[in-house]
Amino acid sequence: MLSNQLNKRWHIPFFIAPALVIYSLFMIYSLIESLKLSFFQTNSQEEMQFVGLANYFQLFFDATWSEQFWNAFANNGYFFLVHMLVQNPIGLMIAALLSIRWLPGRSFYRTAIFLPALLSFVLVGFIWKLVLSPLWGVSEGLLSVIGLGDWYAPWLGLENSALTTIALVSVWQFVGIPMMLIYASLLSIPEEIIEAARCDGLNAWAIFWKIKLPLILPTLGIVTILTFVGNFNAFDLVYVSQGALAGPDYSTDILGTFLYRTFFGHQLQLGNPSMGATIASTMFFIILCGVCLYLFFIQRKLTRYEL
Amino acid sequence: MKTTIKDTLRSLFCLGTILPFTCTAATTLTIESWRSDDRVIWQQQIIPAFEKKHPNIKLKFSPTSPAEYNAALNARLESDTAGDLITCRPFDTSLRLYQKGKLVKLDDVSTLTNFSTMAKLAWQTDDGKDTFCIPVASVIHGFIYNKQVFNELKLQEPTTEAEFLATLEKIKDQGDYIPLAMGTADQWEAATMGLQNIGPNYWQGETGRKALINGTQKLSDTPYVNALTALSKWQPYLAKGYQAQTYSDSQTQFSLGRAAIYPAGSWEIGFFSKEVDFELGAFKPPVPTKGDICYISDHTDIGMGINSKSKHIKAAKVFINWLGSKEFAELYSNALPGFFSLSNHQILLNNPLAKTFIGWRSKCRSTIRNSYQILSRGTPNLETQLWSVSANILNKTEQPGKAAKKLQKGLDSWYKPKLAKAEEKMQ
Repeated sequence: MLSNQLNKRWHIPFFIAPALVIYSLFMIYSLIESLKLSFFQTNSQEEMQFVGLANYFQLFFDATWSEQFWNAFANNGYFFLVHMLVQNPIGLMIAALLSIRWLPGRSFYRTAIFLPALLSFVLVGFIWKLVLSPLWGVSEGLLSVIGLGDWYAPWLGLENSALTTIALVSVWQFVGIPMMLIYASLLSIPEEIIEAARCDGLNAWAIFWKIKLPLILPTLGIVTILTFVGNFNAFDLVYVSQGALAGPDYSTDILGTFLYRTFFGHQLQLGNPSMGATIASTMFFIILCGVCLYLFFIQRKLTRYEL
Repeated sequence: MKTTIKDTLRSLFCLGTILPFTCTAATTLTIESWRSDDRVIWQQQIIPAFEKKHPNIKLKFSPTSPAEYNAALNARLESDTAGDLITCRPFDTSLRLYQKGKLVKLDDVSTLTNFSTMAKLAWQTDDGKDTFCIPVASVIHGFIYNKQVFNELKLQEPTTEAEFLATLEKIKDQGDYIPLAMGTADQWEAATMGLQNIGPNYWQGETGRKALINGTQKLSDTPYVNALTALSKWQPYLAKGYQAQTYSDSQTQFSLGRAAIYPAGSWEIGFFSKEVDFELGAFKPPVPTKGDICYISDHTDIGMGINSKSKHIKAAKVFINWLGSKEFAELYSNALPGFFSLSNHQILLNNPLAKTFIGWRSKCRSTIRNSYQILSRGTPNLETQLWSVSANILNKTEQPGKAAKKLQKGLDSWYKPKLAKAEEKMQ
């Protein structure tokens, strides 16, 4: 009986196999190898030596490393915060506006806002560096036109504004993604529910807060977790616009750039694969913890409505 | 056509002979390099000159882009697919290759005697006993300036720190030009074109550099604090928004004639000679007080070694030997103005700006960047720290005194000078 069933379903493992093999080879195997590497250190004779958790202790407690690590971690947290406070609310707002039926040019706005998400980091970094450049950029001129010329500063070059500027550039690039997800989920709300609410005398504002928002909460949850994973894995934008040293004075250094600098080395600094792997593994654990916390404490409490 | 027939006949003869070792067929040597910009010069000038003299050896220049060179070369050396000749970065990057047995010891190359001890330093073991690459070129630091602006404002080439600052002040007062074309966005400019440019005059070149390695001086001592303080005085003369100004921004700023002075490395000569339509001049790093001995950063930058797995080590040695000759020195320094041969030969240069730069060698004492030998081996890396500290000082977010202490603290955390070690042993 069982073998009969298996015979009938042989196509399932057959079609899954290629993806599984490739995924295991390039993702799971690499992940395990990287975890393994973080327990080793190259000694003076160029041999790999098992050192247990020594690399992790060094990363967290040795001042040379821990200072950089916590700086990068804090910056990463801030980077995430800006996305949560700016990108997702804006995404939600735009999605809500786009879902208004009678809005003219909806598809144009939708495409225009989503477009930057398709651009490469290199291009986005380059464009914004140019726009904000004190020498050739248009920012100062544009601000002068509205009488705010004095407000202009070389934002990417100042310690207290560089990270915020980069975070906002990243928001500009990726606001289309939460917008699309939320928009799709807003569209899936049946018209009858809205109709009923309207009959009960609710205005558009109340409908949004009392009906639509509770219904799309699970999507907002997904958006949050996607933002979290994306932000703690971020690297490209900072690398492209501020270089591997994430200047000025490491004020834009996030875990990704810290990992890159350590693993591949920089200028005279030779690469240190073991410490690099340690940072990579730490990043993996941070993301894992974040995702688990979300799953256990938020996802389970979200109510899903049968629509 | 004639040569083709001759070559064919020779290879036929070689195939037929029972003693292939006596056969003199041409061997082809591949050169690994990060100087992809120089491909044309190698192919059109340097290689033909060598092949003319040694028809049995053919050369192939096969560069990788600078950013990928170290990683790509390492991978190729590990898998035994690297070229026969390896262009060597200075100090630790190459030293590590030699220690791993990837490079041939070159002590028997006769033309090595044409180089000074300092020129060879970057490609020798710490004790100076083994040489593994022949020095090819150095770059010299100084200041390139716009002669038109200097004439217009009736300015002289400054020789002391005070004169230098007065010159900058005059340009600033006049208001049409930015006094100094430099920014801090990329950080390395502040350290390389700033600190390593003027610094040797404050720490007495080689004396100070070696004192750091021996542990007799610290980075928090007066000479280094003074060098950092001198750098901090440049801040008022940089362009508005210099904190976000990149290296290429500075180049463009100067080549468009918007700025008067460009803190430079001689490698810029080639670029500016092509891009600029005004006359260029150059002055050497100003000394702290009138009458001081002047020092220049004459940094050993490019060397050439032999892959130990090469099948043609003998032929490669012939080429390496030629790299130490006067012929190569003259050819190379003229083909690539701003990259100066490190040999002791008296050579004639055509580019006037390059001539000015190389002329300083006879007036001042040469030294190399103080973070390159030994001191950037550990973590935190001194060179990287110098980058961020120099940029911070220009950004006014760090004070020279405190910065110098931070540098020494970083070095102390992993570097124990040999002198101190010897003392410990004696006790």
